[in-house]
Amino acid sequence: MTRFIINRRKFLTIAGVAASAIPLSGCDAFDSLLSGQSPLRDFLASANGLTYRAHRALIGTDTLVPEFASSEIRQGQRPNGSTDPTDTDYLALKDTAFSNYRLTVGGLVEKPVSFSLDELRNMPARTQITRHDCVEGWSCISKWTGVPLHQILDEVQVKSGARFVVFHCYDTMDLGLQGAASYYESIDLIDARHPQTILAYGNNDKPLAIANGAPLRVRVERQLGYKMAKYIKGIELVSSLAPFGGGKGGFWEDLGYDWYGGI
Amino acid sequence: MTILDDIESRSAPETGDDDAVIYRHRIATRVTHWTWAIALFFLLLSGLQIFNAHPELYIGKQSGFEFENSVLAMRALQAADGTVGGYTTVLGHSFNTTGVLGVSGPADNPSYRGFPAWATLPSYQDLSTGRVIHFFFAWFFVAAFLVWFVSSLISGHLKRDILPSIADIKALPASIADHLRFRFHHDGRYNGLQKLAYAGVLLVIFPLIIATGLTMSPGMNAAWPWLLDIFGGRQTARTIHFLCMAALVVFFLIHIFMVLAAGPLNEMRSIITGWYRTDKKNNEERQV
Repeated sequence: MTRFIINRRKFLTIAGVAASAIPLSGCDAFDSLLSGQSPLRDFLASANGLTYRAHRALIGTDTLVPEFASSEIRQGQRPNGSTDPTDTDYLALKDTAFSNYRLTVGGLVEKPVSFSLDELRNMPARTQITRHDCVEGWSCISKWTGVPLHQILDEVQVKSGARFVVFHCYDTMDLGLQGAASYYESIDLIDARHPQTILAYGNNDKPLAIANGAPLRVRVERQLGYKMAKYIKGIELVSSLAPFGGGKGGFWEDLGYDWYGGI
Repeated sequence: MTILDDIESRSAPETGDDDAVIYRHRIATRVTHWTWAIALFFLLLSGLQIFNAHPELYIGKQSGFEFENSVLAMRALQAADGTVGGYTTVLGHSFNTTGVLGVSGPADNPSYRGFPAWATLPSYQDLSTGRVIHFFFAWFFVAAFLVWFVSSLISGHLKRDILPSIADIKALPASIADHLRFRFHHDGRYNGLQKLAYAGVLLVIFPLIIATGLTMSPGMNAAWPWLLDIFGGRQTARTIHFLCMAALVVFFLIHIFMVLAAGPLNEMRSIITGWYRTDKKNNEERQV
């Protein structure tokens, strides 16, 4: 007997499509009320704003998540979502071992700059052993090394109108019948300046693997995995999330996931 | 007819016949009861939806992908002949649960999922909507719990009607024997078994399911890291959260059965209006 492998991420992506194919019973009574952009679903989703505000009131701005001992690293970091982007510009970088990679930082900043991977590696680094929680429910502990994002923000000098940090990514996600969309994510400036929020280039004492987001991914330790964008192309300081993607602040958010992923 | 506080009265006042109507449930009890009833319905079905995104439970801080700490898993497995079946593994023991867990739906178009479509909200796989529903009703569930706890503490409902007294514990064997004979006493007061059941749900399971829910939040892990220490890690907390759900489902089934057995009209009236008809004659017989 062999394991029947189901790609859950794919399942989520095409859930809406699959739904129409599954003959429904008991609980389909609510399905039409809860689908897509229904007003009822929007109303229920507003509870996420309450959760966000409650967490911001309850959790200190710089309060750290627990960090673990090396002995808690018992397995490799489990990847999810994109694990091997095939976008042309990414493949070109991959061919040269990311030597031509440059992280651009722009938007509402006084001094837009870009960094090579070596420049980032030569900046003061932070290493932390933390638990990665996927929205699906699983957790995985591993060690992350990278540049604290607040150092980058201090260097570029964030303008007063900026409210969010947007991460633009190389990987394009398959949306089934709706085509494709580039991965992107966003966080507020509180999480952006949090001491454990790092632009990670190392994982478990090795260069970040492609499956885990090479050359650079962000760690936002007080939130779920989908907030921690991989394959980061550029960082943009913005005042509003409306102009990006579907306007909800992230690839998964545009598909219905909560923008605040701290729960 | 006299208005009595919750289930305060031992001897119901005379009303001219053998029965007396007492004010059994105060407003806080009734409002929180129905808030929980509605909230738990949606929390259960959306919770099973969330579970289905990764239908496996573990003990410890993380999920073992390269080591073994799984205690429950629902999987679709393909046999050598190509047929796919649903298998549920509990503590290393595997059971064929095709049709309900692991694989469900029509034979010509089966779904590979933990719990079946009829047990989840939405019926199809939609983790994001499951989370939206779950976290909406969780606020109401927690708010009702706080309202109930504070008002019951102040009114004395908690001490009088929920916490079993020494006399209740001593009377437990008789209470169990009565239940087994389906002999119920409609004096409006809770017997020892009832008190134990309600205390278990309200003072153990409810706080536990709330606390383990919070323990799964990476944000709350920063605010209250001691939650992780209490429950032995996020994945253990997730497993306890699931077990609390199962305990509440069992409680619900017994609860409904007992309401039906004890007289559904009278019971429903008391939890809706507060007023409950006691059976004095029955009580007198009991005291003989």
